[in-house]
Amino acid sequence: MTADTIFALSSGSPPAAVAVIRISGPRADSALQALSVSLPEARRATLAELRFDAELLDNALVVRFPGPRSATGEDVVELHLHGGRAVVSAVKAVLARMDGLRAAEPGEFTRRAFDNGRIDLTEAEGLADLLEAETETQRRSALALAGGALGRQAAAWKRRLLDLAAEVEAALDFSDEDDVTPLSRDFPSRLEALRGELQAWLARPPAERLKDGIRVVVLGPPNAGKSSLVNALAQRDAAITSAVPGTTRDLIEVPVAIGGLPFLLVDTAGLREAVGEIEAIGIERAQASAAAADLLLWLGPPADAPAGSIAIRPKADLGGSSGDSELAVSALTGQGMDALVRTLLARAAALLPAAGEVALNARHRAALGDASGDLGEARSAADLLLIAEALRRARAALDAVTGDAGVEDMLDALFGRFCIGK
Amino acid sequence: MNRDFDIIVVGGGHAGCEAAAAAARMGARVALVSFERRQIGAMSCNPAIGGLGKGHLVREVDAYDGLIARAADAAGIHYRMLNASKGAAVQGPRVQADRGLYKAAIHRLLAAQDGLEIVEGEAASLRLDGRRVGGVALADGRALSAGAVILATGTFLGGKLHFGRTSRPGGRVGERAATAMAEQLRELGLPLARLKTGTPPRLDGRTIDWASLERQESDGGGWTMSPMTSARPAPQLFCAITRTNAATHALIRSNLDRSPLFAGDIEGVGPRYCPSIEDKVHRFGDRDGHQVFLEPEGLDDPIVYPNGISTSLPADVQLALVRSMAGLERTQIVQPGYAVEYDHVDPRILDSTLAVRDVEGLYLAGQINGTTGYEEAAAQGLVAGVNAAAKAFGSAPLTFDRSESYIGVMVDDLVLQGVTEPYRMLTARAEYRLRLRADNAEARLTPAAISAGCVSPERQALFRRRQAERDEVERRLARVVAGAELRDAGIAAGDDGRRRSLAEWLRFPQVDAEALLRIEPALLQCSRHALDQAVEDHRYAPYVERQQAEIARLRSDEAVRIPADLDYASVAGLSNEMVERLGAARPATLGEARRIRGVTPAALAAILVHSRRKAA
Repeated sequence: MTADTIFALSSGSPPAAVAVIRISGPRADSALQALSVSLPEARRATLAELRFDAELLDNALVVRFPGPRSATGEDVVELHLHGGRAVVSAVKAVLARMDGLRAAEPGEFTRRAFDNGRIDLTEAEGLADLLEAETETQRRSALALAGGALGRQAAAWKRRLLDLAAEVEAALDFSDEDDVTPLSRDFPSRLEALRGELQAWLARPPAERLKDGIRVVVLGPPNAGKSSLVNALAQRDAAITSAVPGTTRDLIEVPVAIGGLPFLLVDTAGLREAVGEIEAIGIERAQASAAAADLLLWLGPPADAPAGSIAIRPKADLGGSSGDSELAVSALTGQGMDALVRTLLARAAALLPAAGEVALNARHRAALGDASGDLGEARSAADLLLIAEALRRARAALDAVTGDAGVEDMLDALFGRFCIGK
Repeated sequence: MNRDFDIIVVGGGHAGCEAAAAAARMGARVALVSFERRQIGAMSCNPAIGGLGKGHLVREVDAYDGLIARAADAAGIHYRMLNASKGAAVQGPRVQADRGLYKAAIHRLLAAQDGLEIVEGEAASLRLDGRRVGGVALADGRALSAGAVILATGTFLGGKLHFGRTSRPGGRVGERAATAMAEQLRELGLPLARLKTGTPPRLDGRTIDWASLERQESDGGGWTMSPMTSARPAPQLFCAITRTNAATHALIRSNLDRSPLFAGDIEGVGPRYCPSIEDKVHRFGDRDGHQVFLEPEGLDDPIVYPNGISTSLPADVQLALVRSMAGLERTQIVQPGYAVEYDHVDPRILDSTLAVRDVEGLYLAGQINGTTGYEEAAAQGLVAGVNAAAKAFGSAPLTFDRSESYIGVMVDDLVLQGVTEPYRMLTARAEYRLRLRADNAEARLTPAAISAGCVSPERQALFRRRQAERDEVERRLARVVAGAELRDAGIAAGDDGRRRSLAEWLRFPQVDAEALLRIEPALLQCSRHALDQAVEDHRYAPYVERQQAEIARLRSDEAVRIPADLDYASVAGLSNEMVERLGAARPATLGEARRIRGVTPAALAAILVHSRRKAA
């Protein structure tokens, strides 16, 4: 099997003290050489200057792990860089330009380790769970899933679905024997009841919010103090603030835990007639991000507040009066911050799965959504053959919930749970 | 090596005849060994060919230029399209066949086949060189050599007949042959298991009060089982329908202790789908009656087959129960019904060409593999015959994919799952049945059959003619039409302003063949058969397309091969049950392993990794 050589940042998001880029595959060594590094001894950390086209990228620590005695079983090279955003993206850009190298897909390192017999499936699964469960709520939800609550539910649905399907199949295959009557009178209502249950499960808050956090997008005109507010909520300087309007040009995502619940704060470029092309792109992204938000914090004129947003009057320390619908907040003095946090937590409770309740992830939701759609088709079809076909697909969709689908699909789904670089 | 034959087929039933003829069509030199020449092509059970699922198999065997459909047409005295009111994908063509005419047709077809020699004699044993088959030894001392032997011997292994609570050993083939050959198969380590099946009593039609019964006429329309048959040659008879009633059921209940089935004399597992009448009464106790079809066995034959009352009750109870039904009050039984128990070989030892995996040159086809029915047997005969011939010529095996044919579904089921009851084809077994219709078997399969080299020049010419007819219809259906034009023709399809080809309009249920003829009268000049086929093709096209994506996904698993000698016990994480099932079926690919019951995704991942590590 000839594989591409893959690379990814395998430490956390920059900025950080050290960033580790991991390269795995047949061209790992030649990639290192292409960075003007002569190959060091295996498994020995060596200081080296990384250069490309004569340009110095970084002074880094490099380590070689020749296969098969490596994490993936392939040749692996690790570059321990100074963790700045610019250095990391420069090195990644250089690697991406090399022949036969590409950025890794999520979970691809683990997948290769698995394929090369470095870890077994249960280890892989355990690793995935470990990596993903970071808060107590997540852990309890994962336990509900692992304890088989969803699997048992899917199996119960499957039994009911099989009963329905068997009835249709009997009508098709044994119609010449009068022992089989056409579909029973309550067939449509049984079908509808099953579909209703799937729909109710689909309406539950998704599991991703537990893992990724509730997406809180901070939106408003330039220099409204969005970045300051984000920093105040995060209790650290995640975003650069200045008095110059338009300082934030791209989205800045800051994961934080507030009151034990996961949030993802998204700082955006101020909304105004763009001054430059880059800022225009930033504003476009801000608007797109607002559309994908779970919660919106609006720092502009109350009259312009998007529907459903939490209107905030920032820089409350500078004085001024606020209407009833506004929350006066000062990132500088902390005024109103408690109230804002309480509001966020109250809104968040409705957006997260209840503790201990089975939360569906995107894969489960897609499968149940398919099954529900198929049941809808079965209900509206007049042709027995098409009813049978819709029920067959619904069965396959439920199988996918428990993982009884194509092997490669299942593995892809499993390994897709890993973060890139793991 | 100088051999007498390329291939020897043992057994002249439906599997044996198809196997011999198919191998000979491929150009092999074939011997068909049968105990009695005149028994070749006998219909040993009910005199009907086809039905739901089974009709698909008949048409598919015919698409490979097989015998069964042509012989059924030659003998057909009553045609009926089952499920005629439902979609074509589940319609099942079925004929009542005159036993004598059927047998004569088979003899005629075999005699006309070049390269096929009938050897009358009792095949006593296989000639073996270790685990390689070299021919067959006959009871009279003759020895025939060949590179491959196809066993199509039916229920000859360990047969036991039950008449009420008395039983005796028996099958249809001579006992001596059965014992010697069965012993050899045991020595070769072929696993055997026990099944049972039953027959109804045969009635004297002259003692039936036909006038008092509901008649069922032969279907109109003149359709035939094979396109090679231009018209039904035999006169058409009617069947009649009667019913069991409360008195019949009471009689059966009070005599259940005299049925070997309920008294525990029968250990074999019977089929769930066509239970004996005592089973039906016992299991569906709430029913007040069951339909019984009275089917004539032949034009000059007074015997009537009462389809629906297979039984192993004693003869006196059988007579009473028959006479409890309307129209049969004075009926005589010619031959009482009985149950048969027999051994079959666990088909999981076969690969998808029906070759025994670890005995070189040995193929098994038909009831010996645990199936029931002429159609299932014939289809297996075809698979074994063409593949034994391909092997003899060193050409690639002909594999039948389950997404492409019912034959493929059956072979896949047999070699991967084995059987727990006599295996009968059902349309429910074919997950991609929307594309696998009885009416498109020729279009689906004959091109592959032609390239495999098992289609006669006459059939090839017919295929080309019919393909041209289909192409002509498609050409007409390509015309793009606005919704308004349909509306003007009085067709109430949803007019959303879009223009569509006539083929696309067929996706609307209001647009049928009659509607097409109104809007495109030129289609009147086209073949009606080709038109009907196109209507079904296009009606279900969106669903078939959707399935295509599913099939493509499954194919990727089929591409991952599993080493033939993989030791499942050494794969960590497999349960004992999985190790047993995987070891018995020895799947060749990951896709096959996935279809084996009880094999979980985690187990497959473990197998995948193990195979890759082994391959590396």
